[in-house]
Amino acid sequence: MSARLHAFANPARFLRLARRLLPWTAALAAICLAIGAVWGIGIAPPGKPPPEGQGETVRIMYVHVPSAWMALFVYACVAAASAAAIIWRHPLGHVLARAASPIGACFALLTLATGSLWGAKMWGAWWVWDARLTSVLILFFLYLGHIALTHAFDDPARGARAACILALVGVVNLPIIKFSVDWWNTLHQPASIIRREGPAIDAQMLAPLFFMICGFTFYFFSVWLLRARAELAALRTRALKLRLLAS
Amino acid sequence: MSDRGGTRNGGRIGTLAEARLAAGFGALLRRDLRLAVRQGSDTATVLAFFVIVVSLFPFGVGAEPQTLSAIGAGILWVAALLAALLSLDRLFQADYEDGTLDYLLTAPAAPSLLVLAKCAAHWLTTGLPLVLLSPLLALLLNLPNAAYPALIAGLALGTPVLTLIGAIGAALVLGARRGGVLLSLLILPLYIPVLIFGVAAVEAAATGQGFRAQLLLLGAFLLAALALAPFVAAVALRQAAE
Repeated sequence: MSARLHAFANPARFLRLARRLLPWTAALAAICLAIGAVWGIGIAPPGKPPPEGQGETVRIMYVHVPSAWMALFVYACVAAASAAAIIWRHPLGHVLARAASPIGACFALLTLATGSLWGAKMWGAWWVWDARLTSVLILFFLYLGHIALTHAFDDPARGARAACILALVGVVNLPIIKFSVDWWNTLHQPASIIRREGPAIDAQMLAPLFFMICGFTFYFFSVWLLRARAELAALRTRALKLRLLAS
Repeated sequence: MSDRGGTRNGGRIGTLAEARLAAGFGALLRRDLRLAVRQGSDTATVLAFFVIVVSLFPFGVGAEPQTLSAIGAGILWVAALLAALLSLDRLFQADYEDGTLDYLLTAPAAPSLLVLAKCAAHWLTTGLPLVLLSPLLALLLNLPNAAYPALIAGLALGTPVLTLIGAIGAALVLGARRGGVLLSLLILPLYIPVLIFGVAAVEAAATGQGFRAQLLLLGAFLLAALALAPFVAAVALRQAAE
């Protein structure tokens, strides 16, 4: 396993792979997002029967749900890359973790923004301390901490190592935080505002949602590869500058 | 025969190593406590901060006794959280700056044990005074009498968790620009479970319900933090000293 992973420790080989993969992931992202957006926003019915009081706002779901899924998925990717960096001292782990974390923060922010817009219509308030929204808010804070720690040191290698440890600590803590927030929410939430079980999703809405989720995932992979390439280029520039200064 | 000798030998080496570990732990704990006592500023600052933050709330939310007793548990816990955070960025900072940390990491004692000793000293000088002072502040906030045992027991179980989790953050931000501000960003989200169950215990007690479950969960957090946090903080310290 580690030997196979270390085949990609060579940045040049990784860059070759990234260059070959990027057109495919970008094309798949564009296709999936186009199908999902047109189908979800234009064609699919807003639920059968249409959820009372919501009308067309239910279509926010096609952005909200994939964003929430990506916010979690990206954190898993950051943690996996960090684990590779710490356990096998894989040099690309740092780069990949550093490249993914701002994307995840953006998805978490998108989840919060769309959730807030949806909530304004559905609950009559821009923000409700709903267990799921609160958990995403905390996840957003964890991303912010990770990004801030990455950039807090004069020596980027030091920031990368510290951020890796933080990402793994976050992964251990996330389930505990999620469980605590759920528990807290059931205690404090007036039950009238939020239905525990939302309306069951209609099959006609499930298909476009699936396309949107795939599109978001491929979009993430594309941006991740791009950002990792940029990070590697930045590292190289820095090394060259240092060498120029030393000579 | 040789087998028995081997075990005996191994056993002796084991106890020797254990004795050395215990001595290292005790020495570091005594040193940190002595430093805290002689310099004396941290404990006083933290307690003053705790009192001032709590006494700000009546100005913010109004001084009606009903309001204060309803949100008193939350105020006390949030203030305790912030007070704990205030002193955390200096947990390893001085040792990092004057090179003591490098020396400690080369000592024969396990680094996680050293972290544990420093955490114990930190809790004894900042966490324990907070616990002892909390009933007095609860009095100011008009907390119902029934809530006191839950508040004190919850803080006694919860503040060591704050120190232990905070030690990870304090080790991570060593040498960072604006380490103190960064520390709060890293650590406060991780404190949320302790806050939730600490406040829940007080609220349950105040309304006459049992609060055993919440205290057991806080105890579980403490055990998990005791087992994991010194290890992770030691890894972070080692990469900071690299």
